Amino acid sequence: MIQLYKMAWRDLGRNRRRTFFSMLALAFGVALLLFMASFIAGEMRGSLQTSIKLQSGHLQVRAASYDEDKTSLAWEDLVENPDALAAQIASRSDVQVATPRLYATGIVVARDTSTGVRVMGIDPASAASAPFRDGMVGGDYLAADDRGGLLMGQTLANKLRLASGDTVRLLVNTSNGDVDQQDFVIRGIYSTGTPGYDENTIFLPLSKAQTIARAENHASAIFILLKDQDQVESVAAVLQGPAYQVKTYLELNPLLVEFEQYANAMMYVFYLIVLGITATVIVNTLIMSVFERTREIGILSAMGMRGGRIMAMFFAESSLLAVGGIVMGMVLGSLVSAYVQRYGFFVGDFGITGILVGERIYTYLTLNDIVALSIVAFIVTLLGALYPAWLAAKMEPVEALHGGK
Amino acid sequence: MEVTKIENVTRVFKIGQVETPALRGVSFSIEDGEFTALVGPSGSGKTTLLQLIGCLDQPTSGQVFVKGQDVSRLTRNQRADMRRGTIGFVFQFFALIPTLTAYENIEMPLLLDSHTHQERRERVMYLLEAVGLADRAHHRPDQLSGGEQQRVAVARALAPNPVLILADEPTANLDTANGAQVMEIMTRLNEETGVTFVFATHDPRVIKYARRVITLRDGLIVENNSAGKKG
Repeated sequence: MIQLYKMAWRDLGRNRRRTFFSMLALAFGVALLLFMASFIAGEMRGSLQTSIKLQSGHLQVRAASYDEDKTSLAWEDLVENPDALAAQIASRSDVQVATPRLYATGIVVARDTSTGVRVMGIDPASAASAPFRDGMVGGDYLAADDRGGLLMGQTLANKLRLASGDTVRLLVNTSNGDVDQQDFVIRGIYSTGTPGYDENTIFLPLSKAQTIARAENHASAIFILLKDQDQVESVAAVLQGPAYQVKTYLELNPLLVEFEQYANAMMYVFYLIVLGITATVIVNTLIMSVFERTREIGILSAMGMRGGRIMAMFFAESSLLAVGGIVMGMVLGSLVSAYVQRYGFFVGDFGITGILVGERIYTYLTLNDIVALSIVAFIVTLLGALYPAWLAAKMEPVEALHGGK
Repeated sequence: MEVTKIENVTRVFKIGQVETPALRGVSFSIEDGEFTALVGPSGSGKTTLLQLIGCLDQPTSGQVFVKGQDVSRLTRNQRADMRRGTIGFVFQFFALIPTLTAYENIEMPLLLDSHTHQERRERVMYLLEAVGLADRAHHRPDQLSGGEQQRVAVARALAPNPVLILADEPTANLDTANGAQVMEIMTRLNEETGVTFVFATHDPRVIKYARRVITLRDGLIVENNSAGKKG
């Protein structure tokens, strides 16, 4: 075996430039796939974390009859006396923050333009509102007792050509099925770095939102962030009760979970396509090698080397090419991924309905991706050697002895 | 004891629709320890005969025996197994693996069988000494002269202790001095080890080393007698 690899190593060294470029082709393929895998993992991870932070939390406690798709404001669909429930949940040692939120649909009218928005009543002082507070890009943040101000996302403000201090009319659906309206001053402009979110979400202090939506002392959900995301199932089980439904972030982001599964499946298709292309380079290299070494194959055969061992010789070469190419590809792919992990990849307002995508996507390289890609690349490259190796093994020794240089 | 026996062997090559007979009914046997030359002009069937004895090819009809076993209808792998350790080859074009050193080339047939590192080392060093190349052990073929390469090829053929060595025009690509040196080594090893040598040639300077000469012409044996150098 050692001798086999020694020979394979030296055979590859005969034409170093060709060997290098064959490895490079594989390396580019592997690097590209590694970057794609880390990009998708980063996007999925980033989107999920963004959604948890801004929208779903780790858990939400809702009234048992609440239907998210309808954004119901009927009192029987809301959590009554939410402050007390939130305080009770927040007292748990595994809960980082729990805060009531009210969700309503509305329309913002500015001058002669209007657009549909999601109106969210929040506790401005809650730690869960930190992303909005920290993301202020203009004007002032909300105060809990502000009755005439709102926060608007930067994307929406830009779209409507509004600035802090401007006045807009807000029409909001109410619990009794009517629409109420009031003029609000844009107290401040926020940016979460997620244009799709910033374009659709208006914040009011919870008490003001409850007033305008006629949902006094009610909330749509208790928004909960845990200290440890992995504890979500166990905490959900504890909070579950007959009057409430407890939703985990996985249940609250079904599209994201499905999209991730779909993306992972697609990655394997990409693996096979890209590695299939690079494998043709390896096949080409080995076929050239077989024809250049026809006489040597005849000599080895004359010595009594069986076809299987001749095949093994070419598989050894292929595996060395694979290892070289994969290592080079991993280094190249990891460097590119590390750069994008640090500085991000600007995609702008890249909207996918139901999924929050930030302006920048940061790659996330996992050991799982590295191992899976290495194994697939190695197997595909070995499979690529099958035909040249078979070609060499089936040569008749007499013809091979007279066929080469 | 017979090392090989050929019985009424024919070999016809078919290229397209054209059939070309290379051997047309050849019979002879070679005894253990012989140093035999197959002679004849180009196209007389010398190389074809060596290939049949060496289990590299199969006859169209007739039988070829090696160490008493009929090898005429063996499978590819069975023929490979028969060659390994039983038959050594020396080719006109030296036929060394260019990426391996002289030592590694000689060691190669031993690696195909279960020999320990120590056994291989001792055998290879003995053979390098025997062909006068102990100081060139770690040179690659492109660092050796033609004569040296052919001596390595002889040593490699002898490495697995075969019963038969087949040499096809072993001196054709060598100058007179190197050709003579290779023949002297082959003669000496035949005498010292008792291994049987059968070599094809049409060079009169080489024929004189043979103790038996089989002359072929147009695929037939026209003369089969003891001639040349007497052992």
